[in-house]
Amino acid sequence: MFPFIFEWVWDIGHMLFFGGFWYAIGILGAGMTYCIVKSAIDTMNDTGDNHH
Amino acid sequence: MDAALIPEGAKRCSFPKFMLGIAIVGAVLLWGVYAMLLCWFKGLNQTNMNDYYGFALWIWADLAVIAVGGGAFFTGLLKYIFKIDELKNIINFAVIIGFICYSSALLILAIDIGQPLRGWFIFWHANVHSMLTEVAFCLSCYFAVLTIEFIPNILENRQLNKVPFFHHLAHNMHGVMAIFAATGAFLSFFHQGSLGGVAGVMYGRPFAFREGLLIWPWSFFLFTWSAAAFGPCFTLLVTRITETVTGKKLVKDNVVHLLAKISGWMIFTYMIAKIIDTWYWAYYTAPGLGFELSHFYTSNGFYGYWILVAEVIVCGVIPGLLLINKSTRENPTFRLIAIVLAVIGVCINRWVMVLQIMAVPVMPFDTWALYIPSWQEVATTILPVAYGIILIAVAYRYLPVFPQELELNRLPEARES
Repeated sequence: MFPFIFEWVWDIGHMLFFGGFWYAIGILGAGMTYCIVKSAIDTMNDTGDNHH
Repeated sequence: MDAALIPEGAKRCSFPKFMLGIAIVGAVLLWGVYAMLLCWFKGLNQTNMNDYYGFALWIWADLAVIAVGGGAFFTGLLKYIFKIDELKNIINFAVIIGFICYSSALLILAIDIGQPLRGWFIFWHANVHSMLTEVAFCLSCYFAVLTIEFIPNILENRQLNKVPFFHHLAHNMHGVMAIFAATGAFLSFFHQGSLGGVAGVMYGRPFAFREGLLIWPWSFFLFTWSAAAFGPCFTLLVTRITETVTGKKLVKDNVVHLLAKISGWMIFTYMIAKIIDTWYWAYYTAPGLGFELSHFYTSNGFYGYWILVAEVIVCGVIPGLLLINKSTRENPTFRLIAIVLAVIGVCINRWVMVLQIMAVPVMPFDTWALYIPSWQEVATTILPVAYGIILIAVAYRYLPVFPQELELNRLPEARES
């Protein structure tokens, strides 16, 4: 799962599999982080935006 | 009692009546939980799996719920990427159904692995040569996507939405939902495909083996295609059931017709590909491996040609034709027949690709190996159905799932004014 795990090998299989996996996790994490931080800022500024 | 939690203006049954319904379904759920605990504490000897059936009823259920749950990713793709705006009126429900299907799939896998405490091994000690590893990765990530897609709907609950942070969070999550939907479509393409790929690469099983493109057998593409084609039918079916149970119209006809039309064309084109695949396999692939078509459908008490006809013609071509034809698509009875047949069809396909594969004799000394699941397997397979009913009931009662509900169910005098 991580390069520091003893089974890790720097081959195409590991790079593709885990590259895709961490890419997806990264997008989800970054997206949620953005939403949470922006919501916290909006709440502090109390923009009162009610559109959905 | 819980009136403050119910969406404003929406009519719901009384709380005691609601709880009675939950209690009845909850009893079925508890039966499943009991069977699940038996499997966990006593082991997989509680099942009728054996050396022939390493994959059994659970894996069929797993593949079936993942296929019918495909309505979530495909509807999300159409709504957020292809900008088909009418689908905003059914996307919440599609996401909830997808959430139920994928959480059920993960639950079933947690029972099936026998040692759930070691479930994380598939990530930590990943076998990067296995399509099932890819399935595990994509399935887990896509469940996270569905959870993220479900959260804004939960935060729109009447009371939660009064909390400013939750209100803003729901709004901001809607704003970037296209990114999550695109990620979900990417993940779904690969895990739906790899579930088919697992069968297609088994060169020791001539019933399943398929040629393909590069490392992907044709079954990889057929599985993704079928999930996108038949998944929306399941969304429409559950919507129809919910409308019948609640006695209300929840989604406008134009939205239902649109999704049914898209699903119909997807099913029709999928069936053309499926028929070509089956024909090529029957006349070239299987004979090339030393087997005639009749070998797979005769000399046993269950798997006859009927299952091929049922999957391809009755529950494939016919619903496809019914849904692409405007007059039958817009007729509620024909549409219902089509979506029921379609859902049965994709479940038969997954059954064939999991269980018939195991049953067919491969070696000269083999005989057909038929299998009947134990009650524990049946109970744990029914468990997700009970869980799904409860989650839909709770979501429908407390969340604004259907944006058109109030408009469609306004009292006549209010409508006139």
